[in-house]
Amino acid sequence: MLTILFDGVAYGMLLFVLACGLAVTLGLMNFVNLAHGAFAMAGGYVTVIVMERLDVPFLATLPLAFLAAALLGLVLERLLYRHVYGRSPLDQVLFSIGLVFMAVSATDYFMGSEQRIIKLPAFLKSRVEWAGVSIGIYRSLIIVICGVLVLALQAVLTRTRFGARLRAAVDDARVARGLGIDVDTIFAVTFAVGSGLAGLGGALGTEILGLDPNFPLKFMIYFLIVVTVGGTSSLTGPFLASLVLGIADVAGKYYVPAFGAFVIYSVMILVLIVRPQGLFARPR
Amino acid sequence: MMAQATPDIAAIEAGLARGFVRRARWRLSEIVFWIAALLVILAWPSRSLLFNEIAILALFALSLDLILGYAGIVSLGHAAFFGTGAYVAGLLTKEGLTDPTLGLAIAAASAGALGFATSFLVLRGADLTRLMVTLGVALVLFEIANQWSALTGGADGLQGVAPGPVLGFFAFDIFGRTASLYSFATLFLMFVLARRIAASPFGLSLCAIRDNPLRAAAIGIPVSRRLIAIYTVAAAFAGVAGALLAQTTQFVSLDVFDFARSADVLLVLIIGGTGYLYGGIFGAVAFKVMQDIFSAITPQHWQFWIGFVLVALVLARRERLARLARKALSRAATRLGTAIRVAEAGLPSQGADT
Repeated sequence: MLTILFDGVAYGMLLFVLACGLAVTLGLMNFVNLAHGAFAMAGGYVTVIVMERLDVPFLATLPLAFLAAALLGLVLERLLYRHVYGRSPLDQVLFSIGLVFMAVSATDYFMGSEQRIIKLPAFLKSRVEWAGVSIGIYRSLIIVICGVLVLALQAVLTRTRFGARLRAAVDDARVARGLGIDVDTIFAVTFAVGSGLAGLGGALGTEILGLDPNFPLKFMIYFLIVVTVGGTSSLTGPFLASLVLGIADVAGKYYVPAFGAFVIYSVMILVLIVRPQGLFARPR
Repeated sequence: MMAQATPDIAAIEAGLARGFVRRARWRLSEIVFWIAALLVILAWPSRSLLFNEIAILALFALSLDLILGYAGIVSLGHAAFFGTGAYVAGLLTKEGLTDPTLGLAIAAASAGALGFATSFLVLRGADLTRLMVTLGVALVLFEIANQWSALTGGADGLQGVAPGPVLGFFAFDIFGRTASLYSFATLFLMFVLARRIAASPFGLSLCAIRDNPLRAAAIGIPVSRRLIAIYTVAAAFAGVAGALLAQTTQFVSLDVFDFARSADVLLVLIIGGTGYLYGGIFGAVAFKVMQDIFSAITPQHWQFWIGFVLVALVLARRERLARLARKALSRAATRLGTAIRVAEAGLPSQGADT
């Protein structure tokens, strides 16, 4: 029982790291980016390749996964995404679905369609008994990393000058420009960091979520649920939402395997009906 | 004042009526198009299966056009209705109700009922919420079909769907001859119906809602009721498309509810252009031809190029492209019409470019 709770928390934390970049682009920049999972997948594959080909230890690949996905995000933002800001949601959806299709096929072409498995170092695979609860070391590691990230992100967003500028740029890009804030650069950096975090989440999640070319499509809905249910006015909402989703999903699969996914989808629809605008609108 | 105003109103009403008649009138180019399409299907029996797929996809895209192009409702889960129609038609056939047309009608009614029920979810919220809700509905249905395997066959699909002959005469053959003509005829009839809806005052009021819901409400259009009505109708259309797929392929699998199906039909409609009904048909042809070409080049990775086309379309500003294409098309059509009329009247063709 507590083990399930623990696994659920780890799963939820992981979902948060994967989805928080989306919370920023969708919630703060109002951009519907269905291709967010592609960056996570990129991070996952970077870890797999670096571990297989270069024999780098698992933990050392995590920063690499972050950097690679962030770089990819930066390049794509400058080349493509930039032109689609401010267009209708339909255009953004079409654009990002197109990117997903391209990412899925390209990965399939270069990496093969089979599921990739990474070899975790032995010390991460073990479990410890603590007060009668079996705790996986790897999942504790995920919880620690993600917890630190959550706190750091929240601090950056609310306490630093960059966070203030970002919020200003999002609230009213024109006025922010008038005040001498470099909106383009801020958006680019934010997008890159969001993608990088997704990449980190993808790398961390390879063991738990599995990694194959269909990753962006398979988990797109999870990311969207986190963001829609959690709301986007702060990072706390998505964080709580991912925890609830993670626990519900793990527990659902364990206790009522007959309709695990069914429940979360229904909850999402319900939340959207009860608070359709409130979830997406930013408080002014 | 009053005496002066009254004839004006009468004149305006007469003008409006004339306008509606003109909107509803079939243009020569349209008639040529449908006859040409029929001839192509008849003349090329070896590609019947492809034509069947195109007709079904076109009908599906047509149903999306009704809500997206006319009422401005974005949807990422239109496959919900397609899939419902497919499963209803498939199950009916398995349960012994093998008449295809009756199956179509019941599938349409079921999908329409589902559309009516879910339309209330779509009414609330802006584009983003609509995208999410429609996507969610399709996912829920996918899960239901997946889990309720006693009824739907689950991941194995619904096998052994064997519909009887169409109208009691035309049995389905393995080459898809009957299937392609049956689907084409259904597409045509549904298109006539959609055209009638689009050209009616009801259709015009939908356009008003799409362009500005607030103003539409201000001039007395019951916005919510109109949206519910068109969403229901579009769902029924999609249900017919799904039923056609189930009957002609004699198999229903889970992928009728798949996200990729909703995304594909959106792509089809965007390629063809929204808001003039033919977009779905042109888009379906273009999509299937593209799929054919790309999968001939790279059998497994044609999706990459489809995605590439999508990204390119958006970056090249699809509305502008659509406007240009439509202008060119209508100019060509006018010229063709004038040329034919001139030829019929036996006049010299100098006047052709008016």
